[in-house]
Amino acid sequence: MEAVVSLAIGMLAGSGVWLILRPRTFQVIIGLSLLSHAVNIFIFSTGGLRIGVPPILEPGGVGDLARHADPLPQALVLTAIVISFATTALFLVVLLAARGLTGTDHVDGRERDQ
Amino acid sequence: MTAWLDHLTIAPILVPLLAGTLMILAGGQRRSFRVGLGLLSTFALVVISVMLLQMADAADGAATRVYRLGDWPSIFAIVLVLDRLSALMLVLTAILGAAALVFSIARWDRAGANFLPLFQFQLMGLNGAFLTGDLFNLFVFFEVMLTASFGLALHGPEAARVRASLHYVAVNLTSSLLFLIGVSMIYGVTGTLNMADLAERIPVVAAEDRALVEVGAAIVGVVFLIKAAMWPVGFWLPTTYGAASAPAAGILSILSKVGIYAVLRLWLLLFGDSAGDSAGFGGDWLIYGGLVTIAFGSIAVLATQNMGRLAGACIFVSSGTLLLAIGTGHVSVTGGALYYLATSVLAIAAFYLLIELVERGRDVGADVLAVTREAYGEGEEEDFDEEEEPGIAIPASKAILGLGFMGCALLLAGLPPLSGFLAKLAILAPLFETGNEPLPDTTWAVLIALIASGLATIVAMTRAGIDAFWAASTESVPMMRLTEITPVIVLLLLCGALTVQAGPVMRYMQSTAESLYQPAGYVRAVLPVPHLPETEGDAR
Repeated sequence: MEAVVSLAIGMLAGSGVWLILRPRTFQVIIGLSLLSHAVNIFIFSTGGLRIGVPPILEPGGVGDLARHADPLPQALVLTAIVISFATTALFLVVLLAARGLTGTDHVDGRERDQ
Repeated sequence: MTAWLDHLTIAPILVPLLAGTLMILAGGQRRSFRVGLGLLSTFALVVISVMLLQMADAADGAATRVYRLGDWPSIFAIVLVLDRLSALMLVLTAILGAAALVFSIARWDRAGANFLPLFQFQLMGLNGAFLTGDLFNLFVFFEVMLTASFGLALHGPEAARVRASLHYVAVNLTSSLLFLIGVSMIYGVTGTLNMADLAERIPVVAAEDRALVEVGAAIVGVVFLIKAAMWPVGFWLPTTYGAASAPAAGILSILSKVGIYAVLRLWLLLFGDSAGDSAGFGGDWLIYGGLVTIAFGSIAVLATQNMGRLAGACIFVSSGTLLLAIGTGHVSVTGGALYYLATSVLAIAAFYLLIELVERGRDVGADVLAVTREAYGEGEEEDFDEEEEPGIAIPASKAILGLGFMGCALLLAGLPPLSGFLAKLAILAPLFETGNEPLPDTTWAVLIALIASGLATIVAMTRAGIDAFWAASTESVPMMRLTEITPVIVLLLLCGALTVQAGPVMRYMQSTAESLYQPAGYVRAVLPVPHLPETEGDAR
């Protein structure tokens, strides 16, 4: 499972980095979204990759990372997802405003060789 | 009464949050309500932060006040920590906030529907970032602060502004992702995100995991340096700040100092002398990065012909100076750097506000050669509703503007008699007190960098001043309102007060620096019971 998860993170991050270096605003926003997915999976993986272990203690039970999943990375991922959702929406607004005001979807607001 | 004072620590976050929310609920129609509430909240923040400063200063030794939300034990709770450094930053934020808000009332708050609420959220994010005691909440408050600053920077839909904001947003979203990567790497190894707990655990991290923690810390450090606009990662700054509206730029000028604050706090806490094998990790990077940033900033100061970008270049110089001074790892130099920080934040904010008033009286960009304008892509300059009631001409307004400009120039270049000079002296003097040992090379590098950047700044400011005040082609008197010039004068007078009261202020800064270099006090205040990890790398 480690190999699959790390490959997924690597592919998402690689595609994301390539896309945010592209000149079109839409590519940049997709790149940022892919990167944030990669980062979310990465945060999740810092809690250890186990299947079928609950992050919640049972009454009377003692917290033990051998039998429980680490709940903190999951909480961090939730927060990160919400925040990246909001910032992506905000970036979308800026993107549309830039498109409307400059008449092009180039990130610099004008085409390079014109 | 004491119970109330205990809760004062969280007030700098709650007051602007409540004010901003109420403003949004009230709707855009009730302008006078919004303005009144904004003024009330911002001036309340000034009072609260000054009270917090006094509290932080009064308790000598253990100057740290800890506020645990919900009274959970510190390792679980969301903790807010108030010490001298955060109190100082809170006061600076509140003063800048008040000045920029008063300035904006003249007309800028009408530029968009939600200027005033965004302004409050900006203050909330800044205050939260200065108060928080754990890394993840630092991330959250960074996002609050940035999201508000995106909104403020975008205010007034103008092509140049939107274009600059697009870069600003993209750079900052990417840096937020880096922040998350670094934070989760640190968590993965140490199993905690509480800064005080981290300071205890980093010295005992297993040797094979140490590299991983250091990489995580380095990634987080890169994020702070992006915020602080260190050389290779700071190119977004002058364009964004130059394009932002004047009051927004005034408050944004402290945003770059948030990065400096975070470096100062975390580097000394996590990688101070007590950090075992990781002690002093990354210090050389701060020195070299600071030197290159000063060099780049000095060249940029000389090269720009637009006042807004000139102020941006001055931020480069001031960030570089601070990084360099922090990187030397010397207690007294850090004290001097804090004094420099206070001076430069006030001076740059005053400069941004002043630029708007000066440029108002002139053809915008008249001093910029047509070729340069083309290169900077400012061909389609559209000025912000200039025709609309620019205010009354105050007698001798040009003289006041000129004096203000001169004050800014002296402060930013670090010439006597104002506090900019004292600050540079306070950074340099301790470096030369080595006794009989020969001076290390870094001391000479610091000396040359500070003097050369001061020279570059004074040359550029003189040129800009001559262009603006003496060589103006039209004899139009700049029109401005009392509420616009007063904040500038107050900010400059505060710098004057820093000069006159240099003794007590320096004493405060020195004790701040001393407590930063003894992180044990901070750690003990946050975690009263020694909480040593059972085995290293126990998170997995």
